Amino acid sequence: MRGFNFNLWFGGFLTLVVVIGALFAPLLTSLDPVYDANLMNAELPPDGEFWFGTDEQGRDIFTRVLYGARISLTVGVVSQIINSVIGLALGISAAYWGGWWDDLVNGLTNVMLAIPSLIFALAIMAILGPGLLSLLIALGLTNWSWTCRIARSSTLSLKGQGYVQAAQTLGYGDIRIMATQLLPNMVGPILVISTLGIGAAVLAEAALSFLGLGIRPPFPSWGSMLTNARELIAIAPWATIFPGLAIFVTVLGFNLLGDGLRDYLDPHMRTREQ
Amino acid sequence: MTPLLELKGLHVGIPARRKTFEIVSDVSFSIMPGEAFGLVGESGSGKSLTALSLIRLLKSPLKVTAGEILFKGDDLRGLSDRAMRKLRGERIAMIFQEPMTALNPLKTVGRQIAEMFVLHQGKSWAEALKMAVDALADVKVPAPEERVRAYPFQMSGGMRQRVMIAIALACDPDLLIADEPTTALDVTVQDEVLKLIAELCSARGTAVLLISHDLGVIANMCQRVGVMYSGRLVEERDTYDVFADPQHPYTKGLLGALPRLGSRHGAAGRQRLVDIDSLITDKSSLLEKFYFEPRHAVRDPRLRAGGPP
Repeated sequence: MRGFNFNLWFGGFLTLVVVIGALFAPLLTSLDPVYDANLMNAELPPDGEFWFGTDEQGRDIFTRVLYGARISLTVGVVSQIINSVIGLALGISAAYWGGWWDDLVNGLTNVMLAIPSLIFALAIMAILGPGLLSLLIALGLTNWSWTCRIARSSTLSLKGQGYVQAAQTLGYGDIRIMATQLLPNMVGPILVISTLGIGAAVLAEAALSFLGLGIRPPFPSWGSMLTNARELIAIAPWATIFPGLAIFVTVLGFNLLGDGLRDYLDPHMRTREQ
Repeated sequence: MTPLLELKGLHVGIPARRKTFEIVSDVSFSIMPGEAFGLVGESGSGKSLTALSLIRLLKSPLKVTAGEILFKGDDLRGLSDRAMRKLRGERIAMIFQEPMTALNPLKTVGRQIAEMFVLHQGKSWAEALKMAVDALADVKVPAPEERVRAYPFQMSGGMRQRVMIAIALACDPDLLIADEPTTALDVTVQDEVLKLIAELCSARGTAVLLISHDLGVIANMCQRVGVMYSGRLVEERDTYDVFADPQHPYTKGLLGALPRLGSRHGAAGRQRLVDIDSLITDKSSLLEKFYFEPRHAVRDPRLRAGGPP
């Protein structure tokens, strides 16, 4: 009998809260995150009307945090999908074909691991300019090395499995073997690393936006909200606390979910159950 | 009649800078359409490598270094990779020793059978899944309509091997290579599976290349048999003749090692099982000499001088 998987359930719960907040933002608040500014209400502390208080232009921070979740989740999920596609394609093909292609991909992976990904993303953003699209490209191109490593090592161990060899003798093409025999059998570890990757991407988006390279004001992103609120930290601390808390909850949620999934998908725990 | 498959002087080895390290040397035999040919020999004698070289699935650094592989008269060595892939599974199919691992654990057996029809015959999935039910029925899996939706882990070893046979025979291949198909199974199940292979193949006119180290299995199934030892084909004749009058000392040793039901020696009714001395010899040190000499009981000086008979 398996014990209660706290990480999975709590991480899943936090993630669900963020996802619901992002999806149903217009239903959860009647205000607009950008245009409902009212200088008469500037820098109000949290109360019954403005749950998270207001910022220096009198915009409701609760509303902005909700809409900010849309951007954070979009960046996190989309950039991780780009990362996964690149990492899986390179990792699986490198291990399956071997030879010079494997050496090349390995070298590239090591180079990517050696460069701090945030610095690399900064460089790409500097070339592409700020904005959502360049944010997705920058974060999508810089974080695939872990996925690639895991895909490669999974392929190496799966390659020796009878069903992969059987597929070869049955006339399956290389691409078909990779797609139907190798890929489905590594979904577990890839899912785990992807979940952790989403958390990292959310954090990176906040960092880039904080530095002014991500989402431009006035559109709400947790990182850029932090930048704006930085100067007010002494007089209106709620303007930094709530976006910061949102980042914290989201990243924690995805990381716990990843850890929980790892335990849940662990083949040893699975076989014991069967 | 032209043979379905003809091997002429097949050599498999690991090419190195100076000279090739040979693992299979000068193997020649042929299989007629619909015939069952057995290949026996102990572990490491090159049976499986011979089979894998037929369908070009030798793992690097192993390579076919010389010889011809004629399938219906065409040399398979000259075929493009694409044409070879088309041949595999469609004209030449193979089943393995380990039914436990030869099926993808994440897909239902129905899908795995159906994939053959999709891949080689361009059928739609819906159609292919219907054909999979018939294919399962052909290999005598009970309740095939339900079993197509079963996953491999829900089946026993014997059932999985039946599924493997269904997959291999899905496209009506001309040749089925069965590499120790029953080694991992219980004796009772072994018999059923062998009968199934024999029955299906003779009904469809599929030739069988049966690889085994079990002489009993070969004797039951095959019209002709090749005995491999240390990478060479030391004897290749009708099964009956080989059993009645083995020529090569290794074949004699192999047959002598068979325990016979009811034969008892000694007062207590006990008898030591006969074996062939020591392990297979390191081939590289023996290339010049007669390569069975160190192990064989006869130690005939004429053999030493003249090589294998």
